[in-house]
Amino acid sequence: MKKHLFDNPKNIKRVVQALVACCVVLFLLDGVIHRHTSHAWEEVFGFYPIYGFVSCVVLVLIAREIRKVVMRDEQYYETANENKEEASNTLDSPSTKTASGVSKQEANDV
Amino acid sequence: MFEWFNELLAQFSSVHPALPLYVGAFLSLLCRGKARHFILIITPIIGFLNLLLLSDGSQYTATLMGLELTPLRVDRLSLLFGYLFHLAAFIGVIYALNVKDRLQDLAALTYAASAVGAVFSGDLLTLFIFWELLAITSSLLVFARRSKEATSAGVRYLILQVLSGVLLLSGAIIYAAQGNGLSFNHIGLDAPGGLLIFLAFGIKSAFPLLHNWLTDAYPEATASGTVFLTAFTTKVAIYALARGFAGTESLIYIGAVMACFPIFYAVIENDLRRVLAYSLINQLGFMVVGIGIGTELAINGAVAHAFNDVLFKGLLMMSMGAVLHVTGEMRGSELGGLYKKMPKTTLFCMVGAASISAFPLFSGFVSKSIIVTAVLMEGQHIVWLALLFASAGVFHHAGIKIPFFAFFYHDSKFVATAHEPPSNMLWAMFIAALFCVGIGCFPEYLYAQLPYTLDYSAYDASHVLAQLQLLAFSALAFTWLKLAKIYPPELRSVNLDAEWVYRRLFPRSVQHLESSVQPLLCRIQQQGKEWRLLAFNSLRLHHGEKGILARTWPTGSMVLWVAIILGLTLLLYYR
Repeated sequence: MKKHLFDNPKNIKRVVQALVACCVVLFLLDGVIHRHTSHAWEEVFGFYPIYGFVSCVVLVLIAREIRKVVMRDEQYYETANENKEEASNTLDSPSTKTASGVSKQEANDV
Repeated sequence: MFEWFNELLAQFSSVHPALPLYVGAFLSLLCRGKARHFILIITPIIGFLNLLLLSDGSQYTATLMGLELTPLRVDRLSLLFGYLFHLAAFIGVIYALNVKDRLQDLAALTYAASAVGAVFSGDLLTLFIFWELLAITSSLLVFARRSKEATSAGVRYLILQVLSGVLLLSGAIIYAAQGNGLSFNHIGLDAPGGLLIFLAFGIKSAFPLLHNWLTDAYPEATASGTVFLTAFTTKVAIYALARGFAGTESLIYIGAVMACFPIFYAVIENDLRRVLAYSLINQLGFMVVGIGIGTELAINGAVAHAFNDVLFKGLLMMSMGAVLHVTGEMRGSELGGLYKKMPKTTLFCMVGAASISAFPLFSGFVSKSIIVTAVLMEGQHIVWLALLFASAGVFHHAGIKIPFFAFFYHDSKFVATAHEPPSNMLWAMFIAALFCVGIGCFPEYLYAQLPYTLDYSAYDASHVLAQLQLLAFSALAFTWLKLAKIYPPELRSVNLDAEWVYRRLFPRSVQHLESSVQPLLCRIQQQGKEWRLLAFNSLRLHHGEKGILARTWPTGSMVLWVAIILGLTLLLYYR
């Protein structure tokens, strides 16, 4: 079988290293390039990099907590309005949703 | 240079811009094979040439039952949306060429025509008609999936869209009844009926809590249907808000919420087209903030961002549609590794991802930065921070998550059998990608078409550096979270949202109500049965088969009675 770009773990490592290098350079550029600002926080050294990093981490951490509250089984709404007997039938075959939807879709696409 | 072309065009006279698309839609029904391809492709081109004939400021007016109507009003704002919708229709029909489904051909072109009709409407009644046509034609693209889930999602979609139309009509009636006339210009929340019209526009532009029709129906539509859906409905709503409610302060806060809350859902959502639907709301949030600010710079930014959003969101939807077409799967938990078999699709998807994330040299950057600058100039600092958060977040979920889980990550079972989609799909993605990069590199051509003159340069060192820093560090955050295994994995699941109210709470309450009144209903039925039996029995006593009034009499007894009566008569008259 043909080897692809990311089948080699070294290449993944290279991408990560390149990203880290970019980040370091961009962070240091704050001290080199003079920025014309409209808000006092923009003048803080490294405001944008830190804001970008922190907001993404906070985003994911909050999303993980939200998931605990809102995540339900894939068939949640399908079984909502049927009686118990039908509900248990649907739960037995969890793949019905995509399977039926797709086969009809494929039938239309030639 | 184009004088000969303008002279050639001047030989023709223009028609209403929606007309060529409607005619093309019906002609496409009559053709098949190559002729169908020709009609589908030529229709948006003819529509576009017709649009070039319309000059800024021209309009038709008509009078209906004493009301002044303007079915066509042309100005820079409507023209820009007109161009955009023709471009979107052109890319969409190319993408859909391989789908041999007349319902979808008809729905797609009439849908585009209704969108064009809506943005050229000069009065609220014409707007209402096209508003409802948009609802009906677009729902067909959901029904065309022909699955049980799509049908029920389509019905829910249609109900909410029609509700929006009803609100618009009610608002328009109140507005006109107070002597404002029907003409569609700045309305404002304080105008009579203004709130109803605002809500009507709000449903279609997916305000928070009114947004679930979008995340519910768009991922259920067909692969090509979603591409059309992404382009038109919400952009007509943005146009309508920009026309009727520019500078409404509450829009700033509504927009900021719209930009922020969907990204949490996008991070944990498994269906990748639903992730894009949430990110569509996030992008609409930026536009709504711009409209709420209401300065010339902000409106320009909102409109430019709407223009770019159609192209890059369309491109992302097309790349996901290609994956759906090839694998029949859209859940991130089941996909991965497809870059090995679909390198071109992967590349186009990454161009779309770079554009929506507003990388410099891609289209999102040149419009999003206008809105952010306008927000800062108005001193809305909290909203500014919210938009920065949303910018970092959109890169996180649409820029990285979509390509990463579909095309990279671990190899899925589809890698063995996957292949590039049909060439028409690749061409459509190529055209959209070309526009994303073209507008990103040469924004002045887009800026020149905006409603107000724009003195703005996106490419100065401050903007570019700030944006690159923001993006690089949110990529770093993603990488770190993924390597540290903190990032939430893709799981087969659904996430509860506001739709829970009408998809679960409401049906459950009705069921509960039914079961609680059931004993009472049973008793009433039982009592009724007893009374009915009693009434029947007493009737049967006299009228039944043995009853005295229903008995049959033998012929002999009748003859006897006749003889008796005759005898009596004889006795009485004898003398």
